[in-house]
Amino acid sequence: MKDYYHSVVLDKSKCKGCTTCLRNCPTQAIRVRNGKATIIKERCIDCGECIRVCPYHAKNAVTDSLNILKDYKYTVAMPAPTTIAQFKRNISVNKILTAFKKIGFDEVCEVAYGAEIVGEALKFELEGKTVRKPLISSACPAVVRLIQVRFPELIPNLVSLESPMEITARIARKRIMKEKNLEAKDIGIIFITPCAAKATTIHNYIPWDNAESSVDASISIKEIYPELLDKLDSIEEENLQHSSGRGLIWAHTGGESSFIPQKQIINVDGIHNVIGVLEEIENGRLSDLDFFEGLACIGGCVGGCLTVENTFIAKKKIMDRSAEKKNMENDITDEMIKDYYDSGFLNRHGEVYRMPVTPLDPDIKKAMEKMEMMDRIQGTLPGIDCGSCGAPDCRALAEDIVRGQASEVDCIFVLREAINELSKLMYDLSEKVVPVMKEKNEGDDIE
Amino acid sequence: MADTYEMTFNVGSRDFSSAGDASRTIKRTLKQLGVDSSIIRRIAIASYEAEMNIAIHSLGGKIDLLIDGDRIFVETEDYGPGIENVDLAMTEGWSTAGHEIREMGFGAGMGLPNMKKCADEFYIESEVPTGTKIKMIFNI
Repeated sequence: MKDYYHSVVLDKSKCKGCTTCLRNCPTQAIRVRNGKATIIKERCIDCGECIRVCPYHAKNAVTDSLNILKDYKYTVAMPAPTTIAQFKRNISVNKILTAFKKIGFDEVCEVAYGAEIVGEALKFELEGKTVRKPLISSACPAVVRLIQVRFPELIPNLVSLESPMEITARIARKRIMKEKNLEAKDIGIIFITPCAAKATTIHNYIPWDNAESSVDASISIKEIYPELLDKLDSIEEENLQHSSGRGLIWAHTGGESSFIPQKQIINVDGIHNVIGVLEEIENGRLSDLDFFEGLACIGGCVGGCLTVENTFIAKKKIMDRSAEKKNMENDITDEMIKDYYDSGFLNRHGEVYRMPVTPLDPDIKKAMEKMEMMDRIQGTLPGIDCGSCGAPDCRALAEDIVRGQASEVDCIFVLREAINELSKLMYDLSEKVVPVMKEKNEGDDIE
Repeated sequence: MADTYEMTFNVGSRDFSSAGDASRTIKRTLKQLGVDSSIIRRIAIASYEAEMNIAIHSLGGKIDLLIDGDRIFVETEDYGPGIENVDLAMTEGWSTAGHEIREMGFGAGMGLPNMKKCADEFYIESEVPTGTKIKMIFNI
């Protein structure tokens, strides 16, 4: 198994070793060590919560740079639907898309196009005889990873279709190879990403993502945004838009669900809220539900940590744009979607692996013993979850201690107690009288 | 080496702010112990049903979790009022829950039958007005 790799990285010079990311991480994947935040790779789901909350902007996501355009004969920019929401309403979608070509891309394919296809195909997916309900959206890679790590029993509930990003890339590559007579490797498909989780999926960094991505690289929205702005004034727009309003609304929570309006649906955003509902699904409470759409970022992709615009303003913008283009015609037909679906073209290629947390010990008896030790240690800790020990809460420190990754005196309260006892002992010892010394309050006479 | 691991949770009557805590902790503990996730899923469903049953129908009670390395025991005990006809209560769809509880999405009469389905062994004894005891065993 190759090393885990996440797109979330730390700029050590900016990290103050505070406990903000520590306490906000939904999978308790962060510890502060040597005064800097570190990530426990097997627990991180790339949700980007730490990037969002870091007051010093020390957390970021590794994405590619525009230099990558040089690596391919033919390059395609694939903007996430959210990209459009970063711009003022009076700038047309076509103008924004044309700006990508000005930057140097040979072509632009909107992910909103693939989103429309995947959205429509959900109907067929729900009709399937073997479907396990509730069917769970696989659009947000952070949520898929959360399920792998924390709710592995729910993996069979995941939609078996690929995300709009992958589908758009598959369609584009297939068409361009034919049209331009190019080999697959000559074409560079670059996703314009609103989040860290997508960037991680693309590079197949994580071994529990078995599937090869059809996308070659990613550039963050916030990185390309100023470049696009520079070009906007001086361009003549081309007619490049292939997406309709139906595809664009995938950018916010409920967009995917809007394709199956007759069904019983819950859509939730914010990773902590998603966890709450997945717990309920795991408890068997929602077996009547048809579909669960969970997105890690508040607002959905418009709230991605690599976007520029305020989440709720972006959401308003995308809703307006979507309403405007609602009935826009494109080449997507019901027949085409059925064909894509039946042929398996939309299916996820690889298996979604289970990646449950490492047990306290491979031997259950030993694990039970460690669990008891953990309870006992937790009892000696103050229970105020201050994070000064570098673990997110007292329970997590107790767990780290039994796993051999921390020590009891990492807790400043335990340490203080120990110093206190030691100082008492030192005082007592200092009062001790050795035989060659005279004891206090005793006379000088020798008996 | 420890032979068993044990945990006890008190469940208050009509205490909806902490109802669900016991089954959540049970789930987390079993995951850390490395119990197979398909078994955890069954225990999660059964212990959640048990916990909600105590919160909704009883005067309060407790849940015990005991693991002996081969088997997992989930035992519940409440302080009344007891079930008059246990056979009837074990019938799917039969419930004594009032309107208010049903509004919250509970009281569909699936609790006890569901728990029995999830567990490898299921025992229930109930006495009016003393209370109800349930013992569920799951093989690891």
